[in-house]
Amino acid sequence: MEGLNPYGSNPKGYLSTPGPDRNGEHMMGTTIMAVEFKGGVVIGADSRTSTGSYVANRVSDKLTKVHDRIYCCRSGSAADTQAVADMVSYYLDMHSVEIDSPPLVKTAANLFKMVVYNNKDRLMASIICAGWDPKNGGQVYQVPLGGTLVRQPFAVGGSGSTYIFGLVDATFKKGMEQKECEAFVSKSISHAMSRDGSSGGVIRMAIITKDGVERKFIPGDKLPFMKDE
Amino acid sequence: MSATGSGYDLSVTTFSPDGRVFQVEYAAKAIEKSGTSIGIRCKDGVVLGVEKAIVSKMIMNESNRRIYTVGIHNGIALSGFAADARQIVNRGREEAANYKSYYASVIPGKVLANRLAGFVHLYTLYWYYRPFGCAVLIASYSPQGEPELHQIDPSGVCHAYHAAVIGKNKEAAKSELERIDFSTFTCREAIREIARIIYKLHDESKDEDFTLEMTWACEESKKKHERVPAELLESAVKYAKDLKAKEEQDSDDDDDDDAPPAST
Repeated sequence: MEGLNPYGSNPKGYLSTPGPDRNGEHMMGTTIMAVEFKGGVVIGADSRTSTGSYVANRVSDKLTKVHDRIYCCRSGSAADTQAVADMVSYYLDMHSVEIDSPPLVKTAANLFKMVVYNNKDRLMASIICAGWDPKNGGQVYQVPLGGTLVRQPFAVGGSGSTYIFGLVDATFKKGMEQKECEAFVSKSISHAMSRDGSSGGVIRMAIITKDGVERKFIPGDKLPFMKDE
Repeated sequence: MSATGSGYDLSVTTFSPDGRVFQVEYAAKAIEKSGTSIGIRCKDGVVLGVEKAIVSKMIMNESNRRIYTVGIHNGIALSGFAADARQIVNRGREEAANYKSYYASVIPGKVLANRLAGFVHLYTLYWYYRPFGCAVLIASYSPQGEPELHQIDPSGVCHAYHAAVIGKNKEAAKSELERIDFSTFTCREAIREIARIIYKLHDESKDEDFTLEMTWACEESKKKHERVPAELLESAVKYAKDLKAKEEQDSDDDDDDDAPPAST
């Protein structure tokens, strides 16, 4: 059976030393989340990047800036999502110069959709695009694997999200303030990290408002909830 | 203004010793005989008006359009070679659709104008293309923006204007337009003003009969570029004709034919 074979899935199994597959594709098991509030958005993610069962990076930053007030939360293949985020950041840069004003979050989300949808057979990228713009305030858009684009009051993604659908649906209320949103995000991601093997490490959060981006960090031993401490 | 090219005017890829590209200047000449187009950017929108000479009585009404809609909120009025301008309009429509597809919002007027200016300019760079023999006025009123008016001439230069004229009599029309206070001017006033100027500058003895085509993009039209309502246009034409008749009468009555008539 594959799992019991010390050579793992390596095709040259009998020639190489046993151990984890260090050259395999890096995945971000992940739990990512974003919530909109009146003055902006709160986004959050765990920090585990894994290659199979090996944790390649236990302190990764999955919250990536694509413009001054627009960020994306990345889940899926680490390489694919980095490449997509770079592309969108490039297009947004040129676009904001052409229109001579900060881009709309809707525009950034649309660009994510275009790249993911048009390359759906080659990519494994599931992204939450969230930010603030002067016209529509805080907004959260989700672009899952197939390249759909949908705006939501809050969004959760990644493998860990499946364990917290019930929790987020029960906890979410319309019209939450920034502090409530922060608590909502950190609690939910915490629960997901405690159940999902592919999520873990620390919680990184960012709060995006018209005044800027404030980064927050919750170390692994200070998580709001961790089962069986 | 016209100097003989003496050999430097045979190709658009040749500069003259004094730094001119004659082919582009000659292209601009093609517009000077064409019907006047006027655009005015007002407080609450933009208005375009074109003097369309009636080339033949057989042509069906409305089939010789000189103003086109691009992407709902923009209008392009042309003077010069109509066929050349059609290319610009088609490109404008592609740009607007493309922009919406990439950026999920309506193309701002300034962006559309700059893209089309780049397009027109392209045709002044290559030996195997000739420049466009037309100039266009682009009126825009996008939902998240302000009213804008841009002009592009055959060299590919693009500027934003309070008011712009292309075609014949443009110098005279410009001096008429300079009297306007744009900070308070409304679209309804602009419709009358454009009609008045076109009728005033039209010389019955020299120029052919014409019809007036007018469009606007304003608060009243919900920022969409469309034909000015028929009653407004009719009343503006009537006002212009009456005013012209009155001025002619006044100048006939005066002993001094050169005295400028009183204008409102």
